Amino acid sequence: MSDSILEVSNLRTSFFTDDGEVPAVDGISFSIKEGEILGVVGESGCGKSVTSLSIMGLLPHPQGKIVGGQIMYEGKDISHLKEAEMRKLRGNDLAMIFQEPMTSLNPVFTIGEQLTEAIRLHNHMSKQEQNNRAVELLKLVGLPRATELLKEYPHELSGGMRQRVMIAIAMSCNPKVLIADEPTTALDVTIQAQILDLMLKLNQETHTAIMLITHDLGVVAQVCKRVVVMYGGKIVEEGDVKDIFNHPKHPYTEGLIKSIPDLYSKKDKLYSIKGSVPKPGSIKKGCLFAPRCDYVMDKCKEQVPELLGSGHKSRCFLHQDEA
Amino acid sequence: MSELLLDVANLKKYYPIKQGVFNKTKETVRAVDGVSFKVNKGETLGIVGESGCGKSTTGRMIMRLIEPTDGKVIFEGQDILNLSKHEMRKVRKDIQMIFQDPFASLNPRQTVGQIIEEPMIVHKMGDRKKRQARVQELLELVGLSAYHAKRYPHQFSGGQRQRIGIARALAVEPKLIIADEPVSALDVSVQSQVLNLLQDLQKKLNLTYIFIAHDLSVVRHISNRVGVMYLGKMVELADSETLYREPKHPYTQALLSAVPIPDPENKTKRIILSGDVPSPAHPPSGCPFHDRCPVAKAICSEEIPHLRELADGRLVSCHLVD
Amino acid sequence: MLSYSIKRLLMLVPVLLGMTIIVFSIIHAIPGNPAQTILGTKATPEAIHHLNASLGLDKPLYVQYFTYLKDVLTGNLGTSIQDNNAIASEIWPHLAATIELSFAAMLIAVIIGVNAGIISAWKKNSVVDYIAMIVALIGVSMPIFWLGLLEQWIFSVKLNWLPSIGQTDITSTVAPITNLYLVDTLLEGQFGQFWMVVRHLIMPAVALATIPMAIIARMTRSSMLEVLGSDYIRTAKAKGQRMGWIVYKYALKNAFIPILTVIGLQTGLMLGGAILTETIFGWPGIGLYVYNAIQARDYPVIQSGILIIAFMFIMVNFIVDLLYGLIDPRIKYR
Ligand SMILES: Nc1ncnc2c1ncn2[C@@H]1O[C@H](COP(=O)(O)OP(=O)(O)OP(=O)(O)O)[C@@H](O)[C@H]1O
Ligand SMILES: Nc1ncnc2c1ncn2[C@@H]1O[C@H](COP(=O)(O)OP(=O)(O)OP(=O)(O)O)[C@@H](O)[C@H]1O
Ligand SMILES: [Mg+2]
Ligand SMILES: [Mg+2]
Repeated sequence: MSDSILEVSNLRTSFFTDDGEVPAVDGISFSIKEGEILGVVGESGCGKSVTSLSIMGLLPHPQGKIVGGQIMYEGKDISHLKEAEMRKLRGNDLAMIFQEPMTSLNPVFTIGEQLTEAIRLHNHMSKQEQNNRAVELLKLVGLPRATELLKEYPHELSGGMRQRVMIAIAMSCNPKVLIADEPTTALDVTIQAQILDLMLKLNQETHTAIMLITHDLGVVAQVCKRVVVMYGGKIVEEGDVKDIFNHPKHPYTEGLIKSIPDLYSKKDKLYSIKGSVPKPGSIKKGCLFAPRCDYVMDKCKEQVPELLGSGHKSRCFLHQDEA
Repeated sequence: MSELLLDVANLKKYYPIKQGVFNKTKETVRAVDGVSFKVNKGETLGIVGESGCGKSTTGRMIMRLIEPTDGKVIFEGQDILNLSKHEMRKVRKDIQMIFQDPFASLNPRQTVGQIIEEPMIVHKMGDRKKRQARVQELLELVGLSAYHAKRYPHQFSGGQRQRIGIARALAVEPKLIIADEPVSALDVSVQSQVLNLLQDLQKKLNLTYIFIAHDLSVVRHISNRVGVMYLGKMVELADSETLYREPKHPYTQALLSAVPIPDPENKTKRIILSGDVPSPAHPPSGCPFHDRCPVAKAICSEEIPHLRELADGRLVSCHLVD
Repeated sequence: MLSYSIKRLLMLVPVLLGMTIIVFSIIHAIPGNPAQTILGTKATPEAIHHLNASLGLDKPLYVQYFTYLKDVLTGNLGTSIQDNNAIASEIWPHLAATIELSFAAMLIAVIIGVNAGIISAWKKNSVVDYIAMIVALIGVSMPIFWLGLLEQWIFSVKLNWLPSIGQTDITSTVAPITNLYLVDTLLEGQFGQFWMVVRHLIMPAVALATIPMAIIARMTRSSMLEVLGSDYIRTAKAKGQRMGWIVYKYALKNAFIPILTVIGLQTGLMLGGAILTETIFGWPGIGLYVYNAIQARDYPVIQSGILIIAFMFIMVNFIVDLLYGLIDPRIKYR
């Protein structure tokens, strides 16, 4: 575990709203090793984005707050770092790309202005050097006409091109960790394939560790080595991608995998998990998945299972003895 | 079983773009550019394609929510594009639509009961009592409960709202349902519930579906036949088994290979297409796909290929397939 | 950008023509015979006939309109009934006075209003925000005449810091070159005079600035709040950018379109003559000029005053439109 570059332990993040505290992330722990691609999957509202924003120190202020746990980056806890210190990490050591390529770039500044900004912030470079670096980055992410692109505005680019620009911005200072929050969800499949391909290439060439957040199990299976499955603000299963897909331990993971229609063979009827994702904080007692679980036991309704196991961990009473 | 219900021929929708000082029509967006297909009673025709290829426009033109620029839509033997407003109303009862966004497509100020009852009032079906009994029946049919009728849409989850949308579409006992991305906004676990519901209803009520989506696995699961669209044109149309097992059009091949398979053992070589889908305002000459096609030949940039039938019954529009 | 500007410029032509038609019709909107109304009930038929002929009122309407249009285009605005002076030469000093006052007021309103709005949005729900917004609320609901009198009472009467009335001291005369006194005094290198003009300008400008300032502050706040919550601001933060920079350089440009709209509208209103302010401070602006003309039923002057005011309004909007295009690269595609 010593070679892990980012280590999140027992992180709890809450939103303080008019209706009281919403525990969006409720005690999660995981780590990312240097140069690896970690997948984080889960359905909408399970706390994936909140986790990434917590790491980046970008939680909406003042409602969102880290209320517990640690985020260790290179051996230092950054969960309560001063803003000025955090700014030096952001965009430099830790970079992030977002789901919405259409709205993530400022419409009234050119691509060049937005790209060189990150370079300028963390490096001492002349205007010319900044420009050269920007062109180099656009080429790296596979954008043609790099020099002209610098003078264009975001609305003149397609969604796929904008996401490439976002990746170029994120990669501009050679970050150690790149957090990609649903980077391809808003894109078409063929463009998604391009972007995923690009991210794999960058990972291999630059050894940037990537935390890939997605709700698409297909993306995880194709791109990641290790996977964390989230449900209701908690990690319910964690392990090697092959173990997770071939022998899912948690009934939720199993249900998710069975729910996806197959591209190659036609099933008569799809498996489906009954009910829907609970609102955070709405289930007070027992396992959060108990109301939807096919294997539910009496114990599940009373106690919260721990995330147990070595290598392949799960948070389910069915597998507690294996650990 | 294979009785023809809908025959769409050479359907087109052009949007003029006005620009410049004098608002002259500078260019035309060919949103849908000559699409033809047939739908038989009781089957599901899937339509897939990337964003902006004209799927929704096609679906809406069949209901005349958008007036086509050209073409024919023959529903149960009559060309509905020639019908008067009054005659069209009767047809509207037979064709219903389900939309993508379960949040935006339901009026937040109406109760679920009112939402489902409304189409019956519009088409003057039954009296108040009968209609309300039918609302209850429909709610149970889509897996909700009768008491839900008094609630408002915001009190439901995304999947439940989509069920409400389905109940509303079923209220007037339509023959054809056009579902435009009905599960795209839903979580995987809820998506499978809605897909199963649609299949059950089809069996129970002998419905015919046109199922529009961009998720190829979902389309495969629910459709008997699948049409693939690119830049306003149908590039391949075949039995879904045939199409997915052995795609013939290079675009279909690329599209299928781009789908990430949820199986880490199966890392197939992906065909990565270069560039983006061209704008429908400036489609490339010849075959609309030629500038991204990995196997394009000289002829592809010169001649527009037409959809033609192969020996196995599938339709492909590509110069290089035989 | 060029095609956008040309398009806007061409669109100006029908608007300006429409404006002249409306202003032209004013004289015909007077109930009864205009000449009769102008001369009063005791006028002799000959006098009325004479006036009709001199005003050209006996010709067909369209002829009258084209004569009027030709006159306006050649800078002939007719003569004042009160003193028989050419309106065109009489009106400019008044207009200049209004422009000077409006410009000063707008400068104050924009600098303070925009900054207050920005800080309010940035420090949302803080004490600063609450104070700024309460002050702004008081500002929009403040009666100008009351504020003006209050200013005069404190700064002229009690403290004797600033002159209470007029555009210059009575004793001093600024040799008019452009009639914009700030410019004229500087052109002549008379810095003492310049300071005197500034001192006269302060109180009316502040009074006139109050309402626009409050409106601008509130608009800036809401517009900034929307922008600060957007995805691209989050992107900028993720780059490690400082908040101050994000707010002032990055977000303000996005937020400025609605603010610019308000600034344009308010400037237009000010140029339309701030009659209240001008009356209280004895400011010889166009508002006062037209107001006096109304009192004297000097219809040619009223007509010309309205024409100039409407023209200024249209021009301000035209400039705002061009600025939109400069700020937002997407606009030229509309
Ligand atoms: N600003 C906020 N105020 C209150 N609650 C919030 C806020 N942002 C997020 N939440 C809550 O936190 C929970 C986790 O949200 P998060 O955005 O992390 O979900 P996610 O897993 O990223 O989902 P998605 O796939 O939809 O992006 C949600 O249930 C949401 O209701
Ligand atoms: N009113 C309109 N004016 C001009 N162009 C339009 C108009 N409506 C649609 N288009 C264009 O027509 C094309 C087809 O649009 P359509 O909505 O049918 O696509 P789609 O296949 O449903 O895409 P999506 O997957 O994004 O829903 C698009 O390129 C779109 O930009
Ligand atoms: Mg998210
Ligand atoms: Mg669509």
